[in-house]
Amino acid sequence: MSYILNIEGVNKTFGGLHALTDIQLKIEKGTTHAIIGPNGAGKSTLLNCCIGRLIPDSGTVNFNGHNMIGMQPHDINHAGMVRVFQTPEIFPELTLLQNVIIPALAKRDGTFKFNPFRSLAKETELEDQAMAALADVGLEKYYDQHAGSISRGDKRRLELAMGLIQQPSLLLLDEPTAGMARHDTNKTIDLLKKIKERGMTKVIIEHDMHVVFSLADKISVLAQGCIIATGTPDEIRNSAKVKEAYLGESEDE
Amino acid sequence: MMKISLQNNAVVMLIFSAVVLTAPLWLAPIGADYPDLLQKFAIFGIFAIGFNILFGLTGYLSFGHAAFLGIGSYTAVWSFKLFTMNVLPAVILGTIMAGVFALAIGYISLRRSGIYFSILTLAFAQMSYSLAYSVLTPITNGETGLQLTMNDARVIDSLFGVEAEAGLPSTNLFGQVMSGYSGFYFCAVILIIGFYVSLKIFRSPFGLKLTAIKSNQTRMKYTGFNTRPYLLSAFVISGMYAGLAGALMSITDPLAGAERMQWTASGEVVLMTILGGVGTLIGPLLGVGIIKYFENIFSAMNPSALHEIFNFLPLWLENIVVGITRHFVGDGWHLTLGAMFMLVVIFLPGGVMEGITKLFNYIKKKLGLNRVDSEDHVSEGGDRK
Repeated sequence: MSYILNIEGVNKTFGGLHALTDIQLKIEKGTTHAIIGPNGAGKSTLLNCCIGRLIPDSGTVNFNGHNMIGMQPHDINHAGMVRVFQTPEIFPELTLLQNVIIPALAKRDGTFKFNPFRSLAKETELEDQAMAALADVGLEKYYDQHAGSISRGDKRRLELAMGLIQQPSLLLLDEPTAGMARHDTNKTIDLLKKIKERGMTKVIIEHDMHVVFSLADKISVLAQGCIIATGTPDEIRNSAKVKEAYLGESEDE
Repeated sequence: MMKISLQNNAVVMLIFSAVVLTAPLWLAPIGADYPDLLQKFAIFGIFAIGFNILFGLTGYLSFGHAAFLGIGSYTAVWSFKLFTMNVLPAVILGTIMAGVFALAIGYISLRRSGIYFSILTLAFAQMSYSLAYSVLTPITNGETGLQLTMNDARVIDSLFGVEAEAGLPSTNLFGQVMSGYSGFYFCAVILIIGFYVSLKIFRSPFGLKLTAIKSNQTRMKYTGFNTRPYLLSAFVISGMYAGLAGALMSITDPLAGAERMQWTASGEVVLMTILGGVGTLIGPLLGVGIIKYFENIFSAMNPSALHEIFNFLPLWLENIVVGITRHFVGDGWHLTLGAMFMLVVIFLPGGVMEGITKLFNYIKKKLGLNRVDSEDHVSEGGDRK
């Protein structure tokens, strides 16, 4: 079995708080792996440790055979691990099209390229790519609007397009449907299913069980900084331990 | 394929060049058509265009760009003293030297962002000023200022057997003496080239990335960009523009003093850029035009001129009005500048360019054309120097 991401023995403390304790997680190539857990369980912290926003106190994050710990965020991006943020991290002053062209430029130009005399108007190939990515998430109509002016749900979808255009080998999605109406959520699920057919591996953090069970091949449950269970959706659904820690509360809501 | 649109670089450059080169004609009615002032417009225009590449695109506010202006001036004068009175080597060397210093200062200052970056650049500029004023007197000639002397080497000139005239030689471009209108046109041509480079940068992927850094630098890092080299490139480019402007200052008057590096000079270019419109192509030039023109008019006024202007009022009122306004002219013209700056920042945070764009859109709407170019940074009405 080939693992694209192999997290071993990751610990992270903030002061006296154990945010992550001895995390062991293996993500198989081509699968969709969901990480669920109550608020404050450490899900976002775990993602931050993967993409270089936080450095774990100990442990390794092995991506495609290379340890990512201590690498710069931009190098991790170019290694092929891309994150879609929970709170929309976009470029509010730029147009939607420009927002998507930027990650496409990163993919083409690398971490730094000095080309001040190249004309942006002649980058038609990138523009077409960007329009296609916007069409994927259903935002192509608003391509010339400023990203700061669109709704929160649309910003989430714009973020998704920004992640997708880089065609990463591993996409980390932090609550991709939070703040979306049911209709939009379903559209996003369809989109994520479509991506799966393209063979992109995904890690999804999600609260919405409808999303989790319609997408995930495997689920890990995180509670108080520890992974308490990993298994197929059916195994997780039937685990007494998980019900106690998380699902029980959630289904009562 | 060729469309007459401001999105087309050739069209923009054609309009811009025409406006700049005919400046002596259309500035005549407001009494700003003499070469000295025109040249000032062009030189500070270059300074502001360069400053705008850093501040306008990346949002990093440098309070130390006068240091590069001074370095450009000193280098140019040394080129006159050591090599030749030809202005071309002076301009090129001044630009390069400023670039070298910008690389060093930028490398350190860009370790911080926001206010800390501004303070670091300010500290470097004040250090440069102090060095030039006292410590480095052998190089800068201290408070007297660096100037030409009779026994300068001028190795290239003497190699080509340029005749030594009586008195100090004057600067020239392959024999054409750089004074009066020839001095202005030389600066004007360089301004046009400088504007073209800035236009290319604004409309390149590189420029878009700089704007994105201003918008959300953290996101840029997670998108796969190493932002530091981008910022450093922008810093060096704008430093080189400042050095170029400094070198041009020494062309008509081959003299360089430390006061060119003082923080007030750094502040002036910040004012010009904000007044005209940060991040727009033409805005900084408008700011330069407005500030330099009003400086010229108001600083030359004196109480007797004010009495002449207000003599239509009854004498007692005239005395009161002049009594108040006299503080706003002459040496006190900075009061006028301050008031003007406050009005613009409060009512038009986007600078004069915002006002022009608003007016332009209003007229378009009135005429029933509802297509508004939102991403267009160049306004047809805005091409004033």
